[in-house]
Amino acid sequence: MTVFDAAIIGGGLAGCSAALHLSLRGASVVLLERGLCGAQASGVNYGGVRQQGRHPAELPLSRRSREIWGRMPALIGTDCEFAMTGHLKLALTDRQMTELVTYRDTAEAFGLALELISRDALQRRYPYLGGGLAGGSLCAEDGQANPRLVAPAFARAARRAGADIRENAEVSGAWPDGDGFGLRVGGAAEPVRALRLINVAGAWGAKVASWFGDAVDEGVIAPNMCVTEPLPVFMGPNLGVCGGGIYLRQVPHGSVIFGAGLGVADRDRSRARPLGEVTCEAARLAIDMVPRLAQALLVRTWTGIEGCMPDGLPVMGPSPSTPGLFHAFGFSGHGFQLGPGVGAVLAELALDGTTPTPIDGLSISRFHPARSDQGRSPMARSGPDGGMQDRQDNQGN
Amino acid sequence: MTSGEIVIVGAGPAGMRAAITLARAGRRPIVLDEAPSSGGQVYRRPPPAIRRDAGALYGFEGRRATELHRAFDVLKGDIDYRPGTLVWNATDTRLHLLAEGRSRTQSWGRIILAPGAMDRIVPLPGWTLPGVYTLGGAQVALKAQAVGIGARVVFFGTGPLLYLVACQYAKAGIDVRAVLDTAPGLASLEALPGLIRGGRTFLKGLHYVSWLRMRGVRIASGVRPVEIGAGADGAVSGFRFERPGGREAFVECDAIGFGFGLKSETQLADLLGLDFAFDHRQRQWLPVQDADGRGSVPGVYLAGDGARVRGADVAELAGERAALAVLADEGEGAHRSRMAALGARIARAEPFRRALDEIAFPFPVELAREVPGDVMVCRCEGIDAKTIRNVAAASGTVDINRLKAFTRLGMGRCQGRVCAPAATEILAAAAGVPVEAVGRLRGQAPIKPMPLSALAEASS
Repeated sequence: MTVFDAAIIGGGLAGCSAALHLSLRGASVVLLERGLCGAQASGVNYGGVRQQGRHPAELPLSRRSREIWGRMPALIGTDCEFAMTGHLKLALTDRQMTELVTYRDTAEAFGLALELISRDALQRRYPYLGGGLAGGSLCAEDGQANPRLVAPAFARAARRAGADIRENAEVSGAWPDGDGFGLRVGGAAEPVRALRLINVAGAWGAKVASWFGDAVDEGVIAPNMCVTEPLPVFMGPNLGVCGGGIYLRQVPHGSVIFGAGLGVADRDRSRARPLGEVTCEAARLAIDMVPRLAQALLVRTWTGIEGCMPDGLPVMGPSPSTPGLFHAFGFSGHGFQLGPGVGAVLAELALDGTTPTPIDGLSISRFHPARSDQGRSPMARSGPDGGMQDRQDNQGN
Repeated sequence: MTSGEIVIVGAGPAGMRAAITLARAGRRPIVLDEAPSSGGQVYRRPPPAIRRDAGALYGFEGRRATELHRAFDVLKGDIDYRPGTLVWNATDTRLHLLAEGRSRTQSWGRIILAPGAMDRIVPLPGWTLPGVYTLGGAQVALKAQAVGIGARVVFFGTGPLLYLVACQYAKAGIDVRAVLDTAPGLASLEALPGLIRGGRTFLKGLHYVSWLRMRGVRIASGVRPVEIGAGADGAVSGFRFERPGGREAFVECDAIGFGFGLKSETQLADLLGLDFAFDHRQRQWLPVQDADGRGSVPGVYLAGDGARVRGADVAELAGERAALAVLADEGEGAHRSRMAALGARIARAEPFRRALDEIAFPFPVELAREVPGDVMVCRCEGIDAKTIRNVAAASGTVDINRLKAFTRLGMGRCQGRVCAPAATEILAAAAGVPVEAVGRLRGQAPIKPMPLSALAEASS
């Protein structure tokens, strides 16, 4: 019977990237996706490729991932419409501007260059912005991509590299089995066997973790997304604001995509829908930020189900209970940019047992102070009102 | 037992008749009508500035249209009629509306969906040129604006509307250069026994054909459209087609009206979470309904061409039946025999409708499947037929929503309402599966484009 070097539960971007990176290292891989690759959060998110504003615990991973975004044509044969438009984070108040200054120094320590822009320079360089802004911070190497293309493109590349990518293959159970793991897939009598197991099941990640006693509370969110008709191209960078109220970008073919607030997510039925009231509020915020959008037509709204952790940071790293099991889920609405890097790091963890990319702050153990090594909780460290370095704003991926 | 407001969406024959029925039973339904005045597409009323008598406007339907308009107008005080109101979103308890430039909400306890139908088109070379309209669009121009789409017009496609619009144009004094049917056409029905059961509808159809012939209008059936020609000014210059047997012909004209029957508007039913099933005759996924027009979600009822395209007469019957079902579900049992009678009349119309759909005016499936590669299919997002075929081949997808995700097809202003019929056929052909296997594009709010300023108004 085949025993794979690694089995992956979940065909989102992280899982497809893990399958590719494992295959490129020569490992035999099976990826089991309940539906279609990239059909959940990886495919329906905002499409921001953003490092700016991330929590320091995420920044090394984000930096790692950004490097992969830059070489996707060579890696997977397509750029998935990735464009380095920059990400401009706006401050509404002087106090927020002070936070941006502080964050600039934090980011610098991780090798991420941010340019602070004064109130006056902002209006000069981005005349389409609304008034009432205190300044901004530009990350020139951030950008955007088409989320609908990325996970499927990684899946195709992984398949070309030899991975066994199985769609419409739901894993109903998994367990430690000898040197590795057994997985029950669909109605098959014979379990799938693998030496390592990677849990990248997104909003369903905590459920998979619970099969191994790694209990953790994972909620769900459904970011409310909106898109306008195509407009003449006028915007440069993706826009975000301190506090994360609204995020907004113009795609190369002219549509403006924006999001604010949450729709309704039903994890059990795998259904999510936007809310009309939230769409109205998002429209108001979008017009405040870019007044000329008042004349634009909204053509579509959508959302998707995203796993969300209590502190807004993902779970990532080895299982504290089960050797050979690795988790990466609960990306809390900002996992798209991280996805390629998450896959690369998981491949290293599975094959080498270690990774050069620091991810300690993301360990699942932070939710189990009694059992964990350090009780490394960012919330515990910074308190509930810890300012922007310590709290993840919803900035759109 | 009442449970909140009764809301009717649409004020065509189905919605109007449902409203009249409810008002006569002492209810005060809210009627939400996207148009500026009631009548729907078929009994559309011109703006007050354009006065034309009912005969000129509706032809054979004049008396029926007048009766319905009168009955509705008489009861207007008893109906909360709201023209110029678009329903752009629906949830299990409320609707989001656009009226007078701002968004607002309306709760509902029971809702009758009667949103009607729209033209079904198959793209061909030149279909995006200035001067090309759908048959319905050509009719709206004449009825609501009292203008023709051109001075020398060719109508092609198939369906009852083809001949009706051509007659209306000829009567208005516009030069109808040709009426070209891809199907055998109405005349093919003469030979079929039992179709006289179509009665009035059938006879008036035949009348349109013979009236056009008498006027010397060129009529041909079994044609295959080839392309719409462009003149030096970039607008329509003529229409090239193949006669049965393969010989090509070209008719000069300055405008074209075309369409291949109608498709039901189902976005609201989708947003409300109704179950759908594939309807082979209409080649479309339609909301499932019980014998009295109830949808699969309690409190949601269906009537008219938005439920299934069966024409104005059946729409009126189904509108009344849906209204009676509402009353029955609120504990008024006195309408059972009337409901049964309506059901029987609707059933009697079925064989004729079936003959129309399957024999006289079948949808040209092959034409849709063989749309040339460089012809634009999704006009909003600029997706041509070869892109659909290439993406289907490269990705192996058989799912229309997956195709949408990969190509943006159906993501634009019309959300696939125009391109879906052809796109699903092209994808099905490319993937080698039956058309129902590719599924249907999901409905997403807003069901029609909404100005951001109108949404923002609601919020402030």
